Amino acid sequence: MNIKLPQLRPGQRGIVQEIQGEGLTRRRMLDLGMVPGTLVEVVRRSPLGDPVAYQIRGAVIALRKDEASYINVTTC
Amino acid sequence: MDGSDLTLLNHRNSNEEPVIALAGNPNTGKSTLFNALTGLHQHTGNWPGKTVLHSRGHYVYQGINYTVVDLPGTYSLIANSIDEEVARDFICFQKPEVTVVVADATCLERNLNLVLQIMEITSQVILAVNLMDEARRKKITIDDKELQRRLGVPVVPMEARQGVGVSELKDTIAQVIDRRIVPHPRLVRYEPDIEDAIALLEPQIIRALGDGISARWLSLRILEGNLDIVKNFLPASLIKEAV
Ligand SMILES: Nc1nc2c(ncn2[C@@H]2O[C@H](COP(=O)(O)OP(=O)(O)OP(=O)(O)O)[C@@H](O)[C@H]2O)c(=O)[nH]1
Ligand SMILES: [Mg+2]
Repeated sequence: MNIKLPQLRPGQRGIVQEIQGEGLTRRRMLDLGMVPGTLVEVVRRSPLGDPVAYQIRGAVIALRKDEASYINVTTC
Repeated sequence: MDGSDLTLLNHRNSNEEPVIALAGNPNTGKSTLFNALTGLHQHTGNWPGKTVLHSRGHYVYQGINYTVVDLPGTYSLIANSIDEEVARDFICFQKPEVTVVVADATCLERNLNLVLQIMEITSQVILAVNLMDEARRKKITIDDKELQRRLGVPVVPMEARQGVGVSELKDTIAQVIDRRIVPHPRLVRYEPDIEDAIALLEPQIIRALGDGISARWLSLRILEGNLDIVKNFLPASLIKEAV
């Protein structure tokens, strides 16, 4: 199933399909390791639900919802 | 850093003590390595983004004084954040004699993005693969010789918290500085149309700014449309022209 990254719940995993957006926003996602094929797992949500901590290629990285919305994943 | 700082920084002369920058992703042990090198006890912690402004220390190796600068941890040097800007400006403008990129052996792949970026800015790079003890625990083996061959820069495996590899690193730094080791970074080759555009821009950048800055790196930022970065470099050229 193809969904946006923020739709994953804590404990769920997805595989990055594509990064939308362009320019520096896109570049930032790529620099964080969000390249197609990458396995992403939701570690936890902050108390207010935003940002969310993700496990990406061996590091835990917090992304705001608006940033994570650029990333399409398939659930697995 | 504004234009007035640039002139000051460019005037550091070569008989002063060599400056070694420690760069790397967040939480890879840069500050731990800084302490191991200098004997200072800068506070280290197990969360990212702790080293915000760089701290300086010193050590003596084989009669030579070295200055070490601990940079904030970053995933990139595109300057999305203050941390990235501090690290990037230091490497670009202060021009340390050697930049040691401290990488986490347990997730080397993600660390290599920054290594490749730094290699585009400067050839004076050493890769310190830290947390080798953690990697061993996770049954990850690292072929440092092969890594060194493929990257074209010296690779030193380390366990900074235990002090393992520190003297090897000091020795490698000394050898890079006196040119017994000359790193030849194997740079990323981009698509032909990007390489063509770089070939057009590079000579113009060198004409405008001299060879103090990596023209290839700056070309790539221009092609990316990252005008904030480009603006940072313009005052330097205007100052030079005015002199
Ligand atoms: N097991 C192990 N732990 C290490 C080693 N080197 C550093 N650490 C630990 O890793 C954690 C992070 O170390 P720091 O030195 O603060 O990392 P840093 O790169 O300066 O972090 P930032 O400044 O936030 O980017 C600390 O808990 C260190 O004790 C090592 O070789 N092995
Ligand atoms: Mg630190």
